[in-house]
Amino acid sequence: MSGQEAAGQGVLGRLDELGASLSAYRGEMLQSIAETGVMLGNSLLAAVLLGLPMGTWMYLSRKNGPQPRTGVYALLNGYVNVVRSVPFLLFVVALIPFTRWMLGTSFGTTAASVPLAFVAVALYARWVEQTLLDVPRQTVELADSLGASTLQLVTRFLYPEARSGLVLSLTTVTISMVSYSTIMGVVGGGGVGDFAIRYGYQTYEYEVMYATILIMIVVVMAIQGLGTWTSRRIDRRLR
Amino acid sequence: MIELQQVTKSYRRRGTGRRGGEVHALRGIDLTIRDEEMFGIVGESGSGKSSLLRLINHLEAPTSGRVLVDGVDLAQLSPRARRAQRRRIGMVFQQFNLLANKTAFDNVALPLRLQRRRERERVMQMLDFVNMADRAHQHPSLLSGGEKQRVAIARALVTDPGILLCDEPTSALDDHHTEEVMDILGQVRRELRTTIVLVSHELDVVKASCDRAAVLERGRLTAVTDVVAPPPRQAFSSYAERAQRYLA
Repeated sequence: MSGQEAAGQGVLGRLDELGASLSAYRGEMLQSIAETGVMLGNSLLAAVLLGLPMGTWMYLSRKNGPQPRTGVYALLNGYVNVVRSVPFLLFVVALIPFTRWMLGTSFGTTAASVPLAFVAVALYARWVEQTLLDVPRQTVELADSLGASTLQLVTRFLYPEARSGLVLSLTTVTISMVSYSTIMGVVGGGGVGDFAIRYGYQTYEYEVMYATILIMIVVVMAIQGLGTWTSRRIDRRLR
Repeated sequence: MIELQQVTKSYRRRGTGRRGGEVHALRGIDLTIRDEEMFGIVGESGSGKSSLLRLINHLEAPTSGRVLVDGVDLAQLSPRARRAQRRRIGMVFQQFNLLANKTAFDNVALPLRLQRRRERERVMQMLDFVNMADRAHQHPSLLSGGEKQRVAIARALVTDPGILLCDEPTSALDDHHTEEVMDILGQVRRELRTTIVLVSHELDVVKASCDRAAVLERGRLTAVTDVVAPPPRQAFSSYAERAQRYLA
């Protein structure tokens, strides 16, 4: 047997081992993927429903924006900066009383979605603001010259022109949320990260941990691929 | 009728020393533009001609003085009423300002959509007017500069405004496309009887199309003159033909 073949068998053997340990935990694994899905879904819903209007408002109200309002801008900008600057683990713990007040519990997957949602809203708001800043000023001038209201400026001019950037930034936020969601085990949120720590790291079954990491790499690549593809499809600007 | 009475426009520029302080874009402008005329505003860059144009639809507010459009002072109106008034004034820009993610058709339909109107025939009629009906479903990135400007003219006219403001409409275009666009504007004037205010630094363009013209220099109106039309120019069907004839 040549050295190459031996090496090949070695890798295959490892993969077999990986497969075996994964199939032993298949139920737990699927469960944890579902939990991550719930946390991502909730936080992204919040990002779109709250972060998008918030970022738009920041764009409108900033100095030299279409509707400058210094106070409003300072408030929204402050929220984004504060949420983004607190270390996430501390943020999760600090938010426990609020989560308990809001949901009646601070434990579990739904409760874990609350701090994630705060971060997702802040991240997406900042991205939306920056994406809208890339829309040419002439587009705003056009909207003005056509007598568009502020709402029409946003829905008929800014969003259509910025849509591919908005999709790409939501993609980036999604991937950040995948990463943030891995530590939600500390408040019983479960999820893929928690699975890797508990069944992989803490029981010394490192294959499980590495397999999980591998799965997450694939998932992130898929999300990015989907985001890039979508944004290209809806972009009709010069490429 | 458009009347400017003792209009002044100044900006406060930030900075210290020579860079800071007041910048006078326009000083003491008195000007009347009659209905259905084609009026040119010429001047070198920085002379204030674009500011003057933007005062008419109140994209810029005068620092002092009054701007009346058909007797209405846009500065006196509520934001809502001002928006309504603006829809009666079309505008065409140097860089066309088409929405890149919308087709020619959707760009022309946009002003109607802002008024919750959905009139496909009207949109097609305007595209036909500027000879772009066959390109209706293409996006701007596939159109030439002249074609983009024609779509932009259709968009400006789709709501049938009484006044059309043109800000350097041909400055981004080559000679051939310039003539194409100017022909369309002439047609607008003849067939739709729209009052046209044309800002340009290209004297040929103004001379070939306008009835009267104002000359601006460093924010002051130095003259308003009747334009004497040049002898009729030769028509060329393509840029290549024009270049060949002109050079040979």
